[in-house]
Amino acid sequence: MSTATTDTVTKPGPGMRFTSAAANYIDERTSASGFVRELGRKIFPDHWSFMLGEVALYSFVAILLSGTFLTFFFDPSMTATHYQGSYVPLKGVEMSVAYASTLDISFDIRGGLLMRQVHHWAALLFVASIGLHMLRVFFTGAFRKPREINWVIGFVLFILAMAEGFTGYSLPDDLLSGNGLRIIDGMVKGMPVIGVWISYLLFGGEFPGHDIVPRLYVLHIMLLPAILIALIGVHMLLLIVNKHTQFAAPGRTNQNVVGSPILPVFAAKAGGFFFIVFGAIVLIASVFTINPIWNYGPYDPSPVSAGTQPDWYIGFADGALRLVPPHWEFVFLGYTWSMNILIPILVIMVFLVLVTFYPFIEAWITGDKREHHMAERPRNAPTRTAIGAAGVTFYGVMWAGASSDLMATHFMLTIEGVIVALQISLILGPIAAYIITKRVCLALQKKDREIALHGFETGRIVRLPGGEYIEVHEPLNEYDRWRLVAHETYRPLMIRPNERGRITVGQRVRAGLSRWFFEDRIEPVTRSELERAHHHE
Amino acid sequence: MAEHHDSAADGSAVELSEPRTVTSGTAVISADRFENPGLPVDHQRVTDLDPAQERKAERRIIWLFWLSLIGSVFAIAAYFIWPIEPGNMTSTRMNNLMLGIGITLGLFGIGLGAVNWAKSLMHGHEEVEPRHDTRGTEATRARAVEIFQQANAESGFTRRRLLRNSLIGALVVAPLPAVVLFRDLAPADEPHELLRHTMWEKGTRLALDPSGAPIKASDVTVGSVFHVIPESLAKLGHGDGYLEEKAKAVVLMMRLRPEELNEAEDRKDWSYDGIVAYSKICTHVGCPVALYEQQTHHLLCPCHQSEFDVANHCEVIFGPAARPLPQLPITVDAEGYLVAQSDFHEPVGPSFWERER
Ligand code: HEM
Ligand code: FES
Repeated sequence: MSTATTDTVTKPGPGMRFTSAAANYIDERTSASGFVRELGRKIFPDHWSFMLGEVALYSFVAILLSGTFLTFFFDPSMTATHYQGSYVPLKGVEMSVAYASTLDISFDIRGGLLMRQVHHWAALLFVASIGLHMLRVFFTGAFRKPREINWVIGFVLFILAMAEGFTGYSLPDDLLSGNGLRIIDGMVKGMPVIGVWISYLLFGGEFPGHDIVPRLYVLHIMLLPAILIALIGVHMLLLIVNKHTQFAAPGRTNQNVVGSPILPVFAAKAGGFFFIVFGAIVLIASVFTINPIWNYGPYDPSPVSAGTQPDWYIGFADGALRLVPPHWEFVFLGYTWSMNILIPILVIMVFLVLVTFYPFIEAWITGDKREHHMAERPRNAPTRTAIGAAGVTFYGVMWAGASSDLMATHFMLTIEGVIVALQISLILGPIAAYIITKRVCLALQKKDREIALHGFETGRIVRLPGGEYIEVHEPLNEYDRWRLVAHETYRPLMIRPNERGRITVGQRVRAGLSRWFFEDRIEPVTRSELERAHHHE
Repeated sequence: MAEHHDSAADGSAVELSEPRTVTSGTAVISADRFENPGLPVDHQRVTDLDPAQERKAERRIIWLFWLSLIGSVFAIAAYFIWPIEPGNMTSTRMNNLMLGIGITLGLFGIGLGAVNWAKSLMHGHEEVEPRHDTRGTEATRARAVEIFQQANAESGFTRRRLLRNSLIGALVVAPLPAVVLFRDLAPADEPHELLRHTMWEKGTRLALDPSGAPIKASDVTVGSVFHVIPESLAKLGHGDGYLEEKAKAVVLMMRLRPEELNEAEDRKDWSYDGIVAYSKICTHVGCPVALYEQQTHHLLCPCHQSEFDVANHCEVIFGPAARPLPQLPITVDAEGYLVAQSDFHEPVGPSFWERER
């Protein structure tokens, strides 16, 4: 397959001579040629959905670059100062140095506002693209062996990205960031036994204190980025070891990768795509204002601004807090149990843990120990896809909760009505999403079978000599058919006694789950089925 | 990537090419399934077929790279042409916009050019690379095991049990000093005691937030709402604990008609002529509660929409909060100014573990 690509032999010019001398110099000191041999022609398959992870990576680079610029001007101190900068409405107002320096970045440093907005927009895009990337991996089953570890790493990256976002949002010490911290403080205080102490240590005394911004700053620009970069490195390394998944297509098997080599095609596409993503972020940042902290004023515990929203990725947690019914708190043994805070935190934790361990749960149910390199079409794993849809709905309802007040004012509803509707949706929504998605997947699979067996409907009706009318079906060629029949299914697990003749509880649970997963299944068309179908026609 | 012969069977996606068998669990593997038809013949692009098209594509890409150059130079020029003038918002906007557009062009040109180059000029055929099992080859694994065994034999790691366990013990305890090191993140008080007191005390005047002007009872009309701080707070600077005290002491003061208030027996004298004062700090997680509905006498917290009924001692009527807002007992002094009778009788703000102690 790999045909030689050099069709013209170029005479070495001075540039080429320099390049080869430099390459020689480096190789003699690093043996870098080995890397080039191993990686230079590594094959990357192509599919639009594979770009989501790339967007995440590239927006992270944009974050690093813009963030580093900001560190040169931002001063994370909570010492009080009277603002003397160029923004007239706040002249003379007492505020923290952190807030004043953010104003200076925005109004006294050319390009400072642009870099702030690049940083913030890139942060939003970063978390969004990680989320979508995760969904792609989930719905195509790309988390299956041997990629379970990379799933877990990716998920940790998602959490860290949210942590980075929250710490960053808190740095400018404006009204909204302080209010966000106040909510965190309230939640921390609600934790049993250690809550008050943790809050006290975190803030260096009573809220808000003078320590929280510098502390978050160290987390934001040193500790968390270091962990993020290290984990992204491992994530990429495992990607190289495991190689990319690919969708079923003619010639693509579980034992090969079909696509373009890194040098030159993939490098040009991916490298070019980096510039496009970065360019898009800069474009948005130069046209749309984000986080206009000068409108909010410095932090003060008293004023409020209704209708303000946290950054989107914090929304689900905020919404979870809102959906708790009144009075969920009691005193037991003389201590206060704030269930209105503990329960939503617990629910979110359980949700996150389930997401983290999903690959292992599914592997246990199927008992499949083979490596899987083919990305599945979501319809071909109906139960998984339905579970995913239920999870997305659950997340979506919590997220909608964060906008309950906006929904109420926009659609002229009562806030109580919106909340109650969302409380009901939080429970019924995922169930409905599960059932509908599963049905839709099975229907699509049936449709695929129809097409594989009888071909496409052409919409052309002909009258047979006998007088009956039939619609002409265009049979599929073997290449198109392959995409519809390449997948495999699983049977529900039979309960069998183990060596000692006993049926363990684990077996029963596993069989139950397996039945839930695979009871309704539609198997791909086989060769003899197709032959039989042809005989009938 | 030791062996480079293609061990992959070209057929089904599940046929195993290694002699080692790995269980496929409950997967259905039918002998009757279709064969993979193999890679189809490559299609040719216009640029592969027509040299004129190829030259055109090349020119287009060159233009894109030039566009990038122009954009970057424009950005540098914009930095000087559109400076920020103090106090002039428009100049800030222009600086942001022009600089941004220049940089955008600089980046887009390169990006679109490179992607175009890859798509229309570079060798476009798909290539196939074999995959191998992720696990090391049997020989590699055997050697790895051998190395561990040798290391174990040479060090006596499993043989010298006590020695090994002592090391593990030491390693576990070694990081613990770090835990106590964090104790001094905050000063040495009993934190929950601090949460029980605010700046309010007997005789503190209720004053306007943020000016600190004291409020006369006669100025408070029925239906009005006041954002209130202790008079003494306004004199504090940020360095003397202004924000920390304010975070606990802010109060909302409303005047209802006295007959609209359903007051508990023991709190009858906490209000003054229909004027009531409640902590502004939400008992949920601490946002300032500040939306007052005059007709219903309801207070709404903007953070998670808890609603409190002012007519009934601010009890929770909706939302995730669990407790009523604490009431500040008030009265008037000799000059007719509203004053506190005492501090709050319970901690303000979010619940905490030791609250009832
Ligand atoms: C995934 C990583 C990151 C995310 C999600 C993130 C997010 C944020 C956000 C949302 C803000 C508030 C910006 C605003 O004012 O509107 C912020 C501020 C800031 N970030 Fe980051 N950031 C990340 C990494 C970094 C890194 C690696 C650095 C430094 C090398 C950095 C430096 C800063 C600085 C100095 C500020 C304060 C300046 C300001 O508020 O204008 N950030 N970050
Ligand atoms: S802080 Fe008031 S409802 Fe949550």
